[in-house]
Amino acid sequence: SARQLCFAWGPAEVLVCETRFGRRGGCPSGAGSGSGRARLPGALTGCVAGTGEGAPSSSRLFVVRRDQDIYIQTLRKLFNESHGIFVGLQRSEAEPAGTSRKAQLVQVSKNYRSVIRACMEDMHQAAISARDPALQSQYSTQVSILSAMELIWNLCEILFIEAAAAGPLLLRLLDWVRLHVCDVDSMVREVLSSENPSKHELFWNVVDIFVLQGRMDEARHLLSKEASANPTSLNMYKILDDLMKKMPVPSLGNTQTLTEMELKWQHWHEECQRYLQDGTFASNSHMESICKILLGDEDAILEKKELMTTWYHFLVTRLLYSHPTVKPMELRFYAQACMDVFLGGESSPEPLDTILMAAFEFEMHQVIKECSIALSNWWFVAHLTDLLDHCKLLQSHNLYFGSNMREFLLLEYASGLFSHHSLWQLGVDYFDHCPEYGRVYLELHIERIPLSTEQKALKVLRICEQRQMHAQVRSICKIMAMKALRNNRLGSALSWSIRAKDAAFATLISDRFLKDYCERGCFSDLDLIDNLGPSMLLSDRLTFLGKYREFHRLYGEKRFPEAARLLLMLMTAHIAPCSFWMTLLTDALPLLEQKEVIFSAEQTYELMRCLEDLTAAKSDKQKLQDDAETMKVEMLRLALARNLARVIVEEGTLEGS
Amino acid sequence: MFVARSIAADHRDLIHDVSFDFHGRRMATCSSDQSVKVWDKSENGDWHCTASWKTHSGSVWRVTWAHPEFGQVLASCSFDRTAAVWEEIVGESNDKLRGQSHWVKRTTLVDSRTSVTDVKFAPKHMGLMLATCSADGVVRIYEAPDVMNLSQWSLQHEISCKLSCSCISWNPSSSRAHSPMIAVGSDDNSPNILAKVQIYEYNENTRKYAKAEALMTVTDPVHDIAFAPNLGRSFHILAVATKDVRIFTLKPLRKELSSSGGLTKFEIHIVAQFDNHNSQVWRVSWNITGTVLASSGDDGCVRLWKANYMDNWKCTGILKGNGSPVNGGSQQGVFNASLGSANASLQNSLNGSSASRYFFPPLDSPRAGSRWSSHAQLLPPPPLIEHSCDADTANLQYPHPRRRCVSRPLNLLPENEGV
Repeated sequence: SARQLCFAWGPAEVLVCETRFGRRGGCPSGAGSGSGRARLPGALTGCVAGTGEGAPSSSRLFVVRRDQDIYIQTLRKLFNESHGIFVGLQRSEAEPAGTSRKAQLVQVSKNYRSVIRACMEDMHQAAISARDPALQSQYSTQVSILSAMELIWNLCEILFIEAAAAGPLLLRLLDWVRLHVCDVDSMVREVLSSENPSKHELFWNVVDIFVLQGRMDEARHLLSKEASANPTSLNMYKILDDLMKKMPVPSLGNTQTLTEMELKWQHWHEECQRYLQDGTFASNSHMESICKILLGDEDAILEKKELMTTWYHFLVTRLLYSHPTVKPMELRFYAQACMDVFLGGESSPEPLDTILMAAFEFEMHQVIKECSIALSNWWFVAHLTDLLDHCKLLQSHNLYFGSNMREFLLLEYASGLFSHHSLWQLGVDYFDHCPEYGRVYLELHIERIPLSTEQKALKVLRICEQRQMHAQVRSICKIMAMKALRNNRLGSALSWSIRAKDAAFATLISDRFLKDYCERGCFSDLDLIDNLGPSMLLSDRLTFLGKYREFHRLYGEKRFPEAARLLLMLMTAHIAPCSFWMTLLTDALPLLEQKEVIFSAEQTYELMRCLEDLTAAKSDKQKLQDDAETMKVEMLRLALARNLARVIVEEGTLEGS
Repeated sequence: MFVARSIAADHRDLIHDVSFDFHGRRMATCSSDQSVKVWDKSENGDWHCTASWKTHSGSVWRVTWAHPEFGQVLASCSFDRTAAVWEEIVGESNDKLRGQSHWVKRTTLVDSRTSVTDVKFAPKHMGLMLATCSADGVVRIYEAPDVMNLSQWSLQHEISCKLSCSCISWNPSSSRAHSPMIAVGSDDNSPNILAKVQIYEYNENTRKYAKAEALMTVTDPVHDIAFAPNLGRSFHILAVATKDVRIFTLKPLRKELSSSGGLTKFEIHIVAQFDNHNSQVWRVSWNITGTVLASSGDDGCVRLWKANYMDNWKCTGILKGNGSPVNGGSQQGVFNASLGSANASLQNSLNGSSASRYFFPPLDSPRAGSRWSSHAQLLPPPPLIEHSCDADTANLQYPHPRRRCVSRPLNLLPENEGV
């Protein structure tokens, strides 16, 4: 029979365990008769026997986590630092619109990318220093993922955020390719660092790489070395060098118009064409092929496929030498064509290709969607989408759910952070910036943060208090109060229940305090009780506890008349619970026995009435139980009578005088 | 998704239920061996069994935690026709030293005359209340009026459902607009067309629970039922495990005081229905935000369902248990706790593309033929792109995304994660 699974959701994990359902039996071996109750007919369909019948003593519990990347130590930097950028971006809303706003957003985008790169470098270092091969491969995998993220982000930055126009667009794309196509960098380094670069077997490859990436100065520098070694063909080198030098490039500023640029380019192109046709480079196939590349000859460029490694490098090279003033909206045609040609029939596009293609097609929504599928974390899509949303791009592209998608992704990302024991604090700010469901998500997540220490509880509490999350504040305090009480830390329990404004619990704890006092004759947690202040009013019993402690203090300070007044008031104002009156009256005894008279005649009468009320109430129910109590009552009556006699004499004297 | 830990449960018989406490730091298991075990997570993330004791004289079907505001309290229900409430006692230094905790039975609820099939604590805003349901078709609601005295529980309500009950779920909404509500499922499998899900609502006037609705479309046996956390919505979401997974919304209509005596009527819609488990679905349960539903069925899988931002419900992950026969004492095959999805990606929620394409790059691996080949997902996060083979050069050299070295064989499990 197939095994089935039972499971439970935790705040951060899912617990899974093998089981078998559908057995409504369940009397284990020998227990059927043990219960002593007759089994109801028909109620059972089977009986799972003891350890026999497939019941696995080897059953295992599996703790399953959803968000793996959250737990990768080396990604902490990414989460931490991007959090700062994210929060800054949310606050920058009020800045002026227009070009400065765009510059600001591009800067934010660059900041995100530099965090990715920093993280990538750390990860790379970790991969180098890791001894465990499994760990090493894990790190290198992460490096690859991060580098792909940066590649995609950078392209989005150029196309969507900066929205580079025809001209500068090509320059940006060239930078993009140079930054990311770095497989060939080692080859370049090897050749350049060799004693005689021009004799190196890879010399021409390196020159080609420079040309393909539009790095003309570097290509010319290398060529000059070769030229000096071949004085016979010096002229040929000079011509090629001249062509490369003269190649017009779009300018970043407004120094030339596109038409000017195109005109210049046309002239230059014709010049190259002439040299090629008159066979200037016929004697050197390397230089001839470079000239063909300069002319944008697709076959010549494709011959260098190995040096470009990717279709998007091919695309940018082709644009450089065929359509340097390509407009953003034309990109999609060239991109598609280049990808088709480059991949040929041999391989189908992979997710990364699809994502980049979607970007070239300006299908922002598609980019986000494909990235969500492809990446193992929410970090990338959440932050990128948020940034695009701040660029007001999602709305303008008629995604009616644009802002919802931003929130959807941020909620996912933040929920993932909350499943981590320390990263959850970052999640708070993300929820704060989700207008629709952020608050309720935060409420649900934050109350699940384990309150392992008072410190942690206070941290969580502060977050809730800042956001006026009253229900959560109350719940946290109640949990802490209960925990303290269970561990017999009465003071802590009391202060937590005061914070929770939990009157019932405060009453209960006050009772514990009073009970402890009755048993031990002293109070614990004096600091707390002495400083209750207005919170004393939370519950009657707590008020009594505070006042009763005040009585003790006054008594200790020998402020007897005040102490006496307070004591009496506790009974006459019915602040003290009846069960406590005998204790209070007993407390009055030493005051009655003082040398000077403390209770006035009126007060003494009140005391007498209290005592009689108490004994009357008691005798109603039952006789005074034990002799000790009877004796106490008798002593009290005697002391009261004596005090009354003394006070009558004294008050009479005063009146008479 | 990935398996972070695997723990030997060490029960002497089939485990029927597992349960996380509110904070996810403790868990409880119950078994046909009549015992309950409590497990605690240590600082370093390891789980230790800190208590194991005999709780009943029959199989223990369900175990559940009370909200920590009420202390450390568990309830269990059993084939022995009882439910019980347990409280952890703090104290005895001996126990603490041995890393053991002590649980005492506070009460046994003996009102049922048949197997008690489910037990659930009410949402905490209602106080310390407990509902049980039993095979004889009665839902009972108990209350502990004094939260400091868990030995006193009074039976507040007895609801006769007419059909054998298998599961209950409280509506967690604490909104004042919503009366206390409990849904009951029945696994009665006699051929009839009676509704197997009934919804009872507390009526302030009569102070009784009365039937507010029945899901007439659910006529097959129901094994589990779960209200989603409310998120401040005006309507309720209810998941039902029957021969398939169903998700209903219940939208309260205006109360008609005159006719229905103050009971809420609902507009009921089915928003999703999945038969991917092939046969019976046994458990359904929501994550804490009520955004992901997990279900478990005869196919031996736990499936995760999630609505995207356009409210389309799609499968976003599959967790597999291996049903292949265990032979030769080899345990490796017992549980290939492997996931169909490493990340609950937007993939399905967005485009519903084939469930096999979870990562970048597509797994061009020996997927076909072997039913259990999907354990590859236990590998470290799927490479967006394959890593280069020579990453250990001193220079900062990033492998080019497009360039790929030999793909790793997919069935190489890192040792610490292998099951």
